[in-house]
Amino acid sequence: MTSRNAIEVRDLVVGNGDVTAVRGVSFTIPQGGRMGLVGESGSGKSMTALALMGLLPMGWSTHGSVLHDGVDLVTQSDKALSSRRGRTISMVFQDPLSSLNPVRRVGDQISWVIRKHMGVDKKTAEQQTIELITQMKLPRPEQLVRAYPHEISGGQRQRIMIAMALACYPQLIIADEPTTALDVTVQKQVLRLLNGAAHDRGSALLMITHDLPIIAAMCDTVAVMYAGRIVEMGPVAEVFRNPRHHYTRGLLDSQPTMDNIALDGTSRLVSIPGMVPPLHDLPTGCAFNPRCAVATDRCRAEMPELSGDTLKSACWHPVPNSSEVAAQ
Amino acid sequence: MTAVTPFPADARPLLEVRQLSQTYNLRRQKLFASRPTLRVLDTIDLSVRPGEAVGLVGESGSGKTTLTRMLTGVEKPMSGNVLYDGLDVWTGGEAHRKLFRRSVQVVLQNPRSSLDPRMRVGTSLLEPLRSLKIEGDHAARVLEVLDQVGLQKSALERFPHEFSGGQLQRIAIARALMPGPKVLIADEPVSALDVSIQAQVLNLLKDLVRDLGLGLVFIAHDLSVVAYTTSKVYVMSSGKIVEVGKPLDLFRNPQAEATQALVGAVLSVEAGLAGNALA
Ligand SMILES: Nc1ncnc2c1ncn2[C@@H]1O[C@H](COP(=O)(O)OP(=O)(O)OP(=O)(O)O)[C@@H](O)[C@H]1O
Ligand SMILES: Nc1ncnc2c1ncn2[C@@H]1O[C@H](COP(=O)(O)OP(=O)(O)O)[C@@H](O)[C@H]1O
Ligand code: SF4
Ligand SMILES: [Mg+2]
Ligand SMILES: [Mg+2]
Repeated sequence: MTSRNAIEVRDLVVGNGDVTAVRGVSFTIPQGGRMGLVGESGSGKSMTALALMGLLPMGWSTHGSVLHDGVDLVTQSDKALSSRRGRTISMVFQDPLSSLNPVRRVGDQISWVIRKHMGVDKKTAEQQTIELITQMKLPRPEQLVRAYPHEISGGQRQRIMIAMALACYPQLIIADEPTTALDVTVQKQVLRLLNGAAHDRGSALLMITHDLPIIAAMCDTVAVMYAGRIVEMGPVAEVFRNPRHHYTRGLLDSQPTMDNIALDGTSRLVSIPGMVPPLHDLPTGCAFNPRCAVATDRCRAEMPELSGDTLKSACWHPVPNSSEVAAQ
Repeated sequence: MTAVTPFPADARPLLEVRQLSQTYNLRRQKLFASRPTLRVLDTIDLSVRPGEAVGLVGESGSGKTTLTRMLTGVEKPMSGNVLYDGLDVWTGGEAHRKLFRRSVQVVLQNPRSSLDPRMRVGTSLLEPLRSLKIEGDHAARVLEVLDQVGLQKSALERFPHEFSGGQLQRIAIARALMPGPKVLIADEPVSALDVSIQAQVLNLLKDLVRDLGLGLVFIAHDLSVVAYTTSKVYVMSSGKIVEVGKPLDLFRNPQAEATQALVGAVLSVEAGLAGNALA
């Protein structure tokens, strides 16, 4: 079962017996490829990531298959999964403070990962740690390795997390909202580092965020998630320039940009009315139908499947393409 | 909504700070060393008029939240003045101070932590009236405010966990409106919200400025959000106002280094697709 793909997810379902947070998700990221996963909070992005990492909370289980490095992660034991984390697949979380060990020096935490997975001696690991920290453009690496997580800034901590995720040249890095907690001025710097470092190592990237510009800047493909399903997927330029699903269109229109701001202050952003439905009370048919301006009886009765060629959408009445929109 | 009344651009400022400075004492490094100080606000001038939305931007730690503490009177500045309706709020007497306290209200970043989870929304809304000892027909006021922020009456009986982030931010805005403020200070009111929900809240704030003639001080990291919401932007860096201007002018032709850094940090979908966003 050798494969050229960093990961192949088929019909992934994640639930806890009570509710299902991920309802049949499939996607493939080729080696060194970059996929973005967008969607509102609660749409199941993090649960998808945690399922791939084998880090779901107690009581949650996974169905479907996740092919990675020649095995199906869904059928692997906890022990086998744990030996992979940080080695073939690694993750950067939104909040670096809660994912770093508060009582260990940051340098020790990185070199521990290197020693565990790469089988090198302490001295080599420490040396590689310094190199990694230098690559992350962190100031005074020799001193920084001796710092505890609370002694450095949020942006610096996130770069330490990225260094740790990259340390063992993983085939896939999952970054779940890696810059949401950071200042905008630091955000770009951290994204640039993550981008460059993943590229240099040939690692594939799954970039999870609700920030569309970040995906446009970093990914080749994007999957849009809504209420536990992928509702649209394809090359970023196609999805963002010519979305066919009304939720994707709404997300793009809600984005304030310098172009949609009128000089006289009269401009209004288009907003999607309503809110994401709760998991235990999903509408029948297309889950977006209560918020969709063009929903019909069919939308309320039948669930649309993803279909299409390079751009796949799950919508009964797709958004007209951009030239028609421009003409209206 | 109430009738649209024009608010002349030359109206006198409602809330104003003049030459405001604030310094904090830091921990001593050594036992007998003198205590180092940090000048967090440095001779700030800022004002907001009725029906005007001003933006305050700046990198993390530049002093934005500290300034809002002065604007709302929860902290007394070391030097300089805070004026409400032309009169100093710290030396203008008890009656004026009371008027100021009810006239300037604040909306914070995270509605989940700013609303008491054990309190029904209806009770939370009455809270400011009680703490400010405001008399009158409270029930009628609640209904009026619910209408202004576009919430249903049924929201009153429910608890915060039953709402989405965007709805909670509406509730937080409703609570801030209860005492009938003339100025609203919003410190990163949409940073914790999803993009599609951000738009709902930004539109609501714009409507309130236009329809009620509120003055708005709007704080955010993201320059495009500020540009959408306000007509004049103050840029802060290390406790100083380093540039003031119309949002689009600042965006197209930033002068101060801090403004340039903020403009450079804005990511857009188009720049991303063009492949030069992270260059
Ligand atoms: N009570 C205090 N004692 C000492 N220093 C303080 C105090 N309050 C704030 N500071 C410092 O003042 C500076 C400005 O802080 P402030 O919270 O106003 O920043 P901000 O612009 O709101 O940042 P952010 O965008 O991260 O919210 C920071 O350096 C902060 O550490
Ligand atoms: N530990 C948990 N227990 C119960 N429900 C959870 C838990 N974690 C997430 N969920 C639910 O699963 C759904 C998907 O959550 P999540 O994947 O975190 O969304 P996203 O990352 O897209 O914001 C949400 O409805 C959320 O409330
Ligand atoms: S399937 Fe129907 S409700 Fe769903 S997005 Fe398409 S048109 Fe709207
Ligand atoms: Mg998440
Ligand atoms: Mg602040």
